[in-house]
Formats: sequence, C-alpha cells, structure tokens
Amino acid sequence: MQQPSYWRRTGTLVLIALCLLLAGCSSALMDPKGVIGETQRSLILSSFGLMLIVVIPVIVMTIVFGWYYRRSNTMAEYLPDWAHSNWIEAIVWLVPVVIVAILGMIAWKSSHDLDPHRALENEEVAELEIQAVALDWKWLFIYPEQGIATVNEVAFPVDTPVRFRVSSGSVMNSFFIPQLGSQIYAMAGMDNDVYLESNEIGTYSGRSTNYSGAGFSGMVFDAHVTSEADFEAWVAEVAQSPDTLTYPEGYSELAERSSFHPVEYFSDVTPEFYERLVSSFHTGSDPDTDTQDAPRAPAVDSNEAYQTTDNQADGEAEDGQAVSNEAGE
Amino acid sequence: MFGKLSLEAFPLHEPILVISAIVGIIGGAALLGALTYFRKWGWLWNEWFTSVDHKKLGIMYFIAALIMLLRGFADALMMRTQQAIAAGGSAGILPPDHYDQIFTAHGVIMIFFVAMPMVIGLMNLVVPLQIGARDVAFPFLNNLSFWLFAVSAVLINISLFVGEFATTGWLAYAPLSGIEYSPGVGVDYWIWALQISGVGTTLTGINFFVTILKMRTKGMTLFRMPIFTWTALCSNVIIIASFPILTATVAMLTLDRYLGMNFFTNDMGGNVMMYVNLIWAWGHPEVYILILPAFGVFSEVIATFARKRLFGYHTMVWATIAITVLSFIVWLHHFFTMGAGANVNAFFGIMTMIIAIPTGVKVFNWIFTIFRGRLELTSPVLWTLGFIITFTIGGMTGVMLALPAANFVLHNSLFVIAHFHNVIIGGVVFGMMAGLTYWFPKAFGFVLDEKWGKRAFWCWLIGFYVAFIPPYILSFYGAVRRMQSYPNAEWQPYMIIAFIGALIIAAGIACTLIQVVVSVRNRKAYEDVTGDPWDGRTLEWSTSSPAPFYNFAHLPVVGDIDSFWTQKQRSNEQAENTPYTDIHMPKNTTAGPIISVFALIFGFAMVWHIWWLAAFGAVGMLVSFLGRVFNDDIDYYVPAAEVERIERAHQQRVEAQA
Repeated sequence: MQQPSYWRRTGTLVLIALCLLLAGCSSALMDPKGVIGETQRSLILSSFGLMLIVVIPVIVMTIVFGWYYRRSNTMAEYLPDWAHSNWIEAIVWLVPVVIVAILGMIAWKSSHDLDPHRALENEEVAELEIQAVALDWKWLFIYPEQGIATVNEVAFPVDTPVRFRVSSGSVMNSFFIPQLGSQIYAMAGMDNDVYLESNEIGTYSGRSTNYSGAGFSGMVFDAHVTSEADFEAWVAEVAQSPDTLTYPEGYSELAERSSFHPVEYFSDVTPEFYERLVSSFHTGSDPDTDTQDAPRAPAVDSNEAYQTTDNQADGEAEDGQAVSNEAGE
Repeated sequence: MFGKLSLEAFPLHEPILVISAIVGIIGGAALLGALTYFRKWGWLWNEWFTSVDHKKLGIMYFIAALIMLLRGFADALMMRTQQAIAAGGSAGILPPDHYDQIFTAHGVIMIFFVAMPMVIGLMNLVVPLQIGARDVAFPFLNNLSFWLFAVSAVLINISLFVGEFATTGWLAYAPLSGIEYSPGVGVDYWIWALQISGVGTTLTGINFFVTILKMRTKGMTLFRMPIFTWTALCSNVIIIASFPILTATVAMLTLDRYLGMNFFTNDMGGNVMMYVNLIWAWGHPEVYILILPAFGVFSEVIATFARKRLFGYHTMVWATIAITVLSFIVWLHHFFTMGAGANVNAFFGIMTMIIAIPTGVKVFNWIFTIFRGRLELTSPVLWTLGFIITFTIGGMTGVMLALPAANFVLHNSLFVIAHFHNVIIGGVVFGMMAGLTYWFPKAFGFVLDEKWGKRAFWCWLIGFYVAFIPPYILSFYGAVRRMQSYPNAEWQPYMIIAFIGALIIAAGIACTLIQVVVSVRNRKAYEDVTGDPWDGRTLEWSTSSPAPFYNFAHLPVVGDIDSFWTQKQRSNEQAENTPYTDIHMPKNTTAGPIISVFALIFGFAMVWHIWWLAAFGAVGMLVSFLGRVFNDDIDYYVPAAEVERIERAHQQRVEAQA
C-alpha cells in the first residue's frame, strides 16, 4: 500500500499540539488500531489544524473589532463610507483559496489512498474475506473459506488484511468498527466492500451507524482481533457448533426481527449463501417464497447474474486503483 | 368508510400524548372561546386570514413558526432526556417506536415548519419594502402559500393524536420508508405534509423571484438591491430549482406505497440509492435556502449598527451567487460511504470545500464592516457576532466532513449532528432572531425589549455550546445518531451535559417569549414613530412603522446602494409636495384559506385511505381554485384622499413627538 506518510507526519505533529483540545485522546477515533484508522486520525487533525489558520483569526478579529469599534469608543477611527479595499479583498479571497487548494489536494489523494474498495497490500499474509450481512437488527458474518458463520461477533487475525463484503437482507445500514477506520453502507442487492486491517490484538466494538428501524440501537457486535493461533482456535470453536445456516430456510428464520441478538455460531453454511442473498434482490423473488431450486433463481445462474450485473463496486475499486497507481492521472 | 382509521389510531395508552392532547384541547378551547367572547372572529378573518398584505402574511408565518418551534423543541428536550438516561442497558423513558417518531418529527418540524416559515416570513415582511414595491407580484398566491404551509403544520400535529408519525428519520430513506418496512400511516403523514407545504414553498419561490426581478422601484438596478433582497433572490432561485426534485421524489415514494410500484424498493428493479441521491439533490440546496437569507440579515444588521457601508458589496453579491450555483453540485457529500468510487467522492468533497471560499469571504466582509465603524452593541449585533464565531466553527467541522476519507469515520456519528446544529442554530436561528429583533418595529411600530433580547442571546449562545460540544466529543468514541439507547455507560456524563445545554436553550426561548410580552406591555414607551428606529440604510425604513398597507405613498426613486442613507445625509428636510395619487391594490381573498382547508381534508384522507373523502377534498380544491380563477373582482383603487389622510396622520404623529 502506498504510505500516505507526508501528512501522517504533519498530522502527528498537529496531533501533539491539539490532543488536549479534543478531550478525546483515548477515544476510538483518536486511538485507532489499524492503518486505515491511523491515517484518518492524521487527516482529521491536519485538516483541523489547517483550518484553524482561518478560524482563529476570525474569532479573534470578531471579538477585538466588535469591542474596539464599539460606539462608546470615540477614540477609534470612524470612516462611514469606507467600504472597499483591493488589498483586503485580495487577501480575504486568497487565504481561503490557498487553504482549500491544499485541502482539495489532500482530499483527492486521501480519497484514493483510503478508498474503501482498495485492497490493502500485504506481502506476507493472504487476505481474509468475511461477508457481513445487515439484518433486522443484527449482523451476520459469513466466512466463505472456512465455511462458517456467526451472528453479532466477528473475529480475524491481527496484521491480516480483511476484505469485508457488505450487503443487507433488509433496509440500508452501515458497517462500522470505529477503531479500525472506514465504514461502508450495507444495501440489499448490492455487494459493497471495505478493506480493514488491525495491528493490535483486542476486542473492538462495531455497529450499524445508519438508522434502520426500531431495533437499530441494538445492532452492535464485537470484533475480536486475535493472534493467528487464536483465530484458528476460534474457527474450530465455531465449527463445533451444532447449528448450521441454510439458504433460504435458515436465513428466513434468522432474518426475523430481533435486537441485541445474542451471539450465534453456525458450523456450516449453504455454499454461496452471500451471493444468492444478494442476487435474490435482482430477480424480484422473495427469500420467503424462494426455494433452493426455483427455476427463476437457480444457484449458478444467479451467481452469474450477480457477477455481471452488480459488480460496479468492485469495478470502481479496480478503476480507482489503476488511476492512483499511475500517479499522472 | 373510514379507511384505515379506527379507534385504535388514538393513542389513549400513551400518557404523554393524552396529557398533551388534553392541554391542547383546553388551550384551543380557551383560545376559541376568547375569540368568540371578544368578537374577534370577523377581525381575524377579514384583517388577517384573508389578507394578501405581505407584511401580515410575514407576521403570520412568524407566529406559526414560533408555535412550531415550541413543538419541535419539546421533541428535542424529550430526546435529550432519553439519551441522558438510556445508558448502559437502561431503556430510558421512551420506547424505540416513540423515540424514533420524536427524532423524525423534530427534524421535519424544525426544517420545514420552523426554519422555512421564519425565512419565508422574513422575506415577506422585508423584500417588497426593500425594493420599494407595494406588494408581491402574485398577492393571492402568497396568501395561498401561507395557508398551504399552515394546514401542513396542522396535519403534522394531527399525527400526534391520530395515528403515528414516521419512524424513519427526517428524510425517510427508502426502503425503510417503503410499505414493506413502514406499513403504518406515519410515513404517509410525512408524505402529505411535505407535499402540501412543498407546493406552497414552490409558489413562494416563483412569487418572490418574479417580485424581485419585476417590481423593483425606479432606479433600483440589480446591483443597487439591498443584500437581504439579493440573498432572498438567490434563495428563491434555489427553491424553484430544487423543490420540484423533492416533490417528484416524494411522489415516486407515494406511488411505491400506494400503488405497489417499485421505484425505491429493494427488489423488482427498485433502487434505494436513487432515492438517497434524489432526496439530497433537493436536501443540500435546501440548507442554502435557509442560510442565504440569514446571511442577508447579518449584512443588513452589521452595516446599520456599525453606521457604515457594508464592506465589499459586490463581493458579497458574487459570493452569494457562487454559493447558489455550488449548492447544486455537492449533494453526494451526504453519503460518501455509499461506496461510489474514489474519483466521485473526491469530486464532491472538493466541490463542497470550494463553497467554504465564498462563505469565508463573506465572513471577512462582515468583520471588515465592523472595522472603522461605530458598532452599537444591540441584541441584533450580538446575534451577529455570535453567529460569526459559531458559524465559522461549524464551517470548519463541515469541511472536515467534506473530506471523503475523514467522512468514512465521522459519517452518521454525532459529529454530523453537532455540525449541522452548529450551522443551523449558529446560522439560521441566530439570523432569524437578529432579523426578528431588527425588523420587529417595522412590523408592529414599537421596538423589542433589549434587556430580554440580550438574555435570550446569551442563553442560546451558551446553551448551544453546552449542548453540542459533548456530541462532538462523543462522536470520537463512536457514538452515532438516532440511538434510542446505548450500552456505553461512559458516554452518559456527556449526554447529561448536552441535556443541560438543551435546558439553557429552553431558557433562551423563554426569554424571547418574555421579551415579546414585556415589549407589548411597554409598547407605548418603546414606540417608534419615525419609522426609522435604527437610523437605517435601506428603503423599508423610509416609510412609517408599521408600514401602511400600500407601503409607500409615493414610490421611492433610488440612486445608489443604501439609497435611504444617502438621502438622509444629503437633506434632512424633504419637501414632499408631490400630490397623492390613487393607489392600485389587490383585494383580500377567501380562496387561499378555503383551498387549503380542502387540501388538509385531502391530505388527511389520503393518509388514512379514506378515498371518498380524498375525492371530496380534491374536487373541493379544484372547484374553489376555479372559483378564484374566474373571479375578476380582485383589485381596487385606494383614493388619493384616503392616502393623504393616512400620510397626514403619520406626519402629525412625527411632528407631535418632535
């Protein structure tokens, strides 16, 4: 991954200066546990610092001028018809223009560097794919490689890039683990994704940030970042579970409304569960009435449909990557 | 017979609602009784309800907005109470269903039924006077706009006691607002309240756009218009261009809900992302509809009370125009996290930041208007200074949100809540309070009490910071918007501080109410006979206070910006010997209130699927509208003698006081 180190360095400096102001040094966003979150912290702090160049003078000038040019102060200069000055006009346009130009460049670069669809490069470890599905009102996590699934608990090894493929079986939600960085919307029929990586072992809370109905407040989960060995052990534990998750029957049952849903483990998942769920919204079929071998949504075909019709998110990610690799663009 | 309406729709099991219903009924009965007892019905109907006088409509907008402010603020207090309690596993006092209605209603009411009518009310009161016109271009439409707004406000309040309101958030994102996920009538109340008031707003936009372009007095070129009129013009351009998007989007949602169509459903080819795009393609311009006139108010207030010409008038105008254009190409910054590509996000992020440039220039221009001026620290000035500081901070957090990569962690968090309250309270509310205090004497003929005005200001300012710094901090801990409860007990102290802030703001609102009462009681002492209590600069101060219904006996002639100011500087004695002439004026109209009552019946019937009543309402609207269309008796002439009598009386009062 391209290291956006130049503003990380400035950001770190600003961080020291402004940490007190934010009163939240130990907060989730100010104490990130992954490279994405760290970059975002620097970005927030450096943009904050840059804008203080304008904001502080404005506040000071407002108070000072307001007081000094008060009516009772007859010592102050009074020019009732003075309403134009090329110098002042030039400065008041130029300063915001320069700051916005700098911020604009930062915005452009950081948008590409931190594009959620962009794969995190890590030569040592292979990427892990986890599929996250927002339901009313819980998170279903599917591990396609391990063939397991969980509800309201997700685990992955430390220092491993994780590709979360995010979709919804219900209304719009947003998948967010604050201490790791970027969130992304979960939408029915859409195969969205966000790449995250944690470089510290720990348990971080995650949730939906996009209001989705009465049980929204309970749409929280824990993300366990573990060592490689602990992750294997966790997968083995989930694989011991007597419960399995089938599509569409088991899914329909799970999709029933519940909030603060307890953690559940499923030792086995119907193959291509995620793909079939996503494509079920493309054919107009209802998961409740859809049977596994329904002619209008056969497993293989629907997967193909999903591959061809709804891979925009992926396509854009690749485009974005291609663009940012050729810095000239 | 009654569609979906049954006795179960009345929330008799909810003590809060039953009590407010009883209080409402008693209060309403007392009001109606008093009106009957004092025989004021005829006066109310003839002088106010059917009036096409833009000044009276402006006052009615403001009264309605203040009433709705109390309702919207009661919602805010309940939300703050709930969040101050519901920590660490506690359920708080409001169940999710009720809490969700409250935050939805709070947003809808504060934007559509408080901020919008205040802004439109102020435009009504001021714009025709500032451009030297006798009324707006379409006086009947102006009355109709008001009543369509008023009945929508009634409809939204009916939802409190009959049925329920939407539990979807103020923009009713699909598919949550679709029939599958929101089968109740809540979203339907939202739909019809917005559609009916939206028609009114669109008509207002057209009305004022034409008024400003076609009805300026002699000599007032575009670049001699007062800044408030400029901002009103731009605001109305945005209304005309953006409100049809809202109307169409909500209409499509209506088709989904009523006729089973699939514009915004999850499946069958519906596209929820399209809904989000469309609603924000209206929603972002909407915030500029609100803030631009507030900018105009500050420009007028600061120039008047600094006794100095506004610094950089042309810059101000061009900055306003730039904001108008840019407001239409930034909407995607409300959902960077939807997953668009980096190029798209970067484009909208940068466009958003560019808006900060003209806005920043405006801020500097206000500051340099104070520079080398003689600033009188009246309450409108305090609101302005408080605005400059607060709004600048809000602008800064806005630019942080506009960085797509930073937005990925700030989106949907309390940071967003704190940011937009920062700009809407610090900008729109402060602006409307400044405007209310500033133009109040023009509307009523006496000034508002300064002491209570300043108290209101300090309560609002301090209350704002106490209420909204905690959410800024909490957003860094991962607190998100619209939480009915949260497991994190360590957030509770911040939520309690925010609740205290809300109480301080409540004290500010109370101060404003006391201010009005005190001022009315002392109206003799606070009387403004001259019509120019602040030594003003623009035309509205050249006529008496309250302005006569025809505004100007002789239409003024304008020679430059701040024409009235220069006129005053040049000659103190004005020999007004030009003879008075007959004045052509529009007649009052009963069509506005009647059409709107049918619209209310139609909306209510549509909400509850009472089709025969809906048909009745629709036919009623059409027939009463046609009745108006074929009515030729809509105008009259005020005889010159009558004008002379009114003007003489005014002069005698001025002389008596001098």
